[in-house]
Amino acid sequence: MAQHQVNYAQDGGLPVALTTVDKVVNWGRSNSLWALTYGLACCGIEMMASGASRYDFDRFGTIFRASPRQAELMIVAGTLTKKHAEFIRRLYDQMTEPKWVISMGSCANTGGMFNTYATVQGVDRVIPVDLYLPGCAPRPETLQYAVMMLQKKIRREKAIKAQKPKRLM
Amino acid sequence: MRRYTPKDDVQKKPYYTDRYWVAPQVPKYPVEEDEVFAEDLKAIKKKFKVDDAYIQVEQMVVYIRSEDNFGVLQLMRDELGYTQLSELSAIDRLAERGQFEVFYQMLSMQKRKRVRVKMLIDEHEAVNSVEKLFRSADWAEREMYDMFGIKLNNHPFPKRILMPDDWEGFPLRKTYPLQGDEFAAWYEVDKIFGKEARDIIGPELRDSAMVDRYDTKRFARLGHEVPYGAEFKADQPETPLGYQEEEGVFMIEKFDEEKSVVISDRDR
Repeated sequence: MAQHQVNYAQDGGLPVALTTVDKVVNWGRSNSLWALTYGLACCGIEMMASGASRYDFDRFGTIFRASPRQAELMIVAGTLTKKHAEFIRRLYDQMTEPKWVISMGSCANTGGMFNTYATVQGVDRVIPVDLYLPGCAPRPETLQYAVMMLQKKIRREKAIKAQKPKRLM
Repeated sequence: MRRYTPKDDVQKKPYYTDRYWVAPQVPKYPVEEDEVFAEDLKAIKKKFKVDDAYIQVEQMVVYIRSEDNFGVLQLMRDELGYTQLSELSAIDRLAERGQFEVFYQMLSMQKRKRVRVKMLIDEHEAVNSVEKLFRSADWAEREMYDMFGIKLNNHPFPKRILMPDDWEGFPLRKTYPLQGDEFAAWYEVDKIFGKEARDIIGPELRDSAMVDRYDTKRFARLGHEVPYGAEFKADQPETPLGYQEEEGVFMIEKFDEEKSVVISDRDR
């Protein structure tokens, strides 16, 4: 006998759940957010901790990928230097639509304490950002919360409409 | 961008103008006080011209002529036992006397002594590379070029090391503004989007203390959020933040705070 039996008595005797296409697609998208490994500085350590066993990002379906072609979420974790700005733009362009960006930590949000000539004053000068996560550095719980807020944002989106490519300008 | 004020004479102006204040000086001692250093200095003086030499903080400082730097370092490495070049860089003294001060920090493990070889060069004077003597000079000299614009003779790969290759200006010069000149401020915008995008993206926000609660494009009020760019109303109703919608989510069980267990024992 199977361990998990289907309770045919509930839902009018059918193992069926009724919903909309939007909800199914967004459910799939929001629960398989594959993130690009983008640790630039100390926030990257917190991002790695979030992915490791104690905080365990895998249970959200967030699996880190080393290739932008396989990723739909970019967590910019750390200080973005002006030298690196063109590469973050290139990697963002290589990600497939739909795609989302979390700017993690003060440096990625505004340049943080690096008010100098060599630091980009916020990644939103280069790529469009969906969610700004404050903290220096944010703890893994905070990043988890950010991913869950992003999931909430994705659930609100229309899944079927033509995806307008995200552009900063 | 903030207004740029020329800083050509920044070193001539004292920040602190107490006329009774005397800047503390690290005391200098004659080289004769240390036998080992006295021997070394004699060996250097035999072959090269030495402008000045003294002991400061238990290290000998020797001022040499800029054309002799390769020879002096070769002599120190091969005959005097200073087998390590631990650091090499420059100091901007352009406002003070129109020159750079280049220093080589040498270490002898046998003698347990450190010597700082210094030389003064003009602004556009090229320096002989010592990369053939010490491999550590390779990147240090590239950094010196990157930060001060000091050109090098006989360097195998004289290229910028930290800043991008197409960077303009030398950031460690005293005349370079800390928050960057106009080129630095627009570098990433110009490179990625082109100069036309400057008006759309706007200047960098350099005031780290700036807060504008009515600017809904840059700032959010937690708990009272309005859409991006919307008008801010004073009697905005509270919109509680939550990671899940109130009515629940399709196929996902809502976390019940009542049923959760707080782990107080960290070693569990």
